[in-house]
Amino acid sequence: MIEIDICKKLHGSMGDMELKIDLDIAKHEFVAIGGESGSGKTTLLRVLAGLESSSGDIVVDGEVWLSKDRVLPTQQRGIGFVFQEYALFANMSVKQNLLYVSKDRKMADKLLEMSSLSQLKDRLPHTLSGGQQQRVSLCRAFMSSPKLLLMDEPLSALDPMMRDRLQHDISRLHREFGTTTIMVSHDPSEIYRLASRMLLIEQGEITKDASPKEILLRSNGSQKFSFKGELLEIVQSDIIYVAIISIGQQIVEVVIDEAESRELKKGDSVTISTKAFAPSISKL
Amino acid sequence: MIDVSTLNLEPFILSFKLASITTTILLLVAIPISWWLSQSRCRCKPFIEALVSLPIVLPPSVIGFYILYALSYNSPLGAFLQEQFDITLVFNFTGLVIASCIYSFPFMVQPLQGGFESLDKSMLEASYIAGKGKFTTLFRVALPNIKPALITAIIITFAHTVGEFGVVLMVGGSIPSETKVASVAIYEFVEVMDYRQAHIYSVIMLTLSFSVLLSVYMFNHKHNRRIGIQIDRG
Repeated sequence: MIEIDICKKLHGSMGDMELKIDLDIAKHEFVAIGGESGSGKTTLLRVLAGLESSSGDIVVDGEVWLSKDRVLPTQQRGIGFVFQEYALFANMSVKQNLLYVSKDRKMADKLLEMSSLSQLKDRLPHTLSGGQQQRVSLCRAFMSSPKLLLMDEPLSALDPMMRDRLQHDISRLHREFGTTTIMVSHDPSEIYRLASRMLLIEQGEITKDASPKEILLRSNGSQKFSFKGELLEIVQSDIIYVAIISIGQQIVEVVIDEAESRELKKGDSVTISTKAFAPSISKL
Repeated sequence: MIDVSTLNLEPFILSFKLASITTTILLLVAIPISWWLSQSRCRCKPFIEALVSLPIVLPPSVIGFYILYALSYNSPLGAFLQEQFDITLVFNFTGLVIASCIYSFPFMVQPLQGGFESLDKSMLEASYIAGKGKFTTLFRVALPNIKPALITAIIITFAHTVGEFGVVLMVGGSIPSETKVASVAIYEFVEVMDYRQAHIYSVIMLTLSFSVLLSVYMFNHKHNRRIGIQIDRG
């Protein structure tokens, strides 16, 4: 059980604001935190890790991490942290990166095996791809058998294929060790796939706290597909206009009429939606 | 032809002995200080940084004068050392080492501090999260990852100490085998108009200095090329 009740002044890109978080997290829970950039998500993780100061209380399994007269140093919190940019020790091989955290060779071998890194164990981080580096970083975070695993947009620097692989690894490790996890993420599919609970933080405060399904399936009930995208180009062919739109990793064409083509311009953020009465699903 | 056997190598040996001892002492002192400077958010940091860099801008005669005064019998410190421990620190080798350490201090601290500051902060934080303290993080993560800065700092400090003149002359004078280092020896040859000897000594100094700098730049160039490959792959 993790009890968080903190308050911290932030000088963000959107002016001064207050990070006020009152939150309880059950053991083994996988919590995803979403929200705009600069809303205080990363700061929350850093306060939990003890990398930044804050006022308030944090109690983890009865152990006081933060209170009025006690700040437990980062070193003693027993956490795992996965940074967005891997943050591997550049002078150490893959295996040494893991053993630096704890001398438990069995654990290191097991983690490397689980994420198919055994072959790469003697390589230096800079000789690995981004995805491989992040898998090493993930393994390293599990080396201390952490009470709490914190991940700050762990997959945002990776391509879609690698993300899929990493999501699989994270999910597998979470099932294996049952580590209570908090992950900051912008990717709805990632949150949906991994998390059991989702928080939305806006302007330093939690505005939504529910299951990912409830928050992410906004059009729940009306059976409507709705995607946000960016208009790349409008192409005219004869009398019809075709809008080329990028949605996530995909580029799609949508037919629009002349009036719409006049209203829209390159670079606009758009919503593409349709009533889906009988969507067909086929296995890939 | 120059007959090398008649060449008195003592000033060179003295110069290199002084530079080796100074570099070793400064390395031990500068690592913790530059690490602290790179990590600290203390308000007194600019003050300490200015103090550390002072020897770069001050004329050597000013530094030499103050060191000479501080170590001499006229100052409370000098008098205390003389009376309590019977130690004299002016016009001898030990005094030279102290003066060199003060004079070359910024040349060791600045490259190291720059190296530490260029490190990925998350990498250091990852070490703290792994349960390691500042000391372990410094020696097992930070230092091994700033090798070019470390090598630059060592070699520049060494070369700078070999090349110093003003401070050495003021604090050490010119006592053969004790304080008469190569730069002082050259000055004396010129003073007595023995240009031949001055030339020989100067050419040796020039060659050595150039080789030292060349090796630093070649090492860093090679290292940067390797880092370049890392970035391409990343």
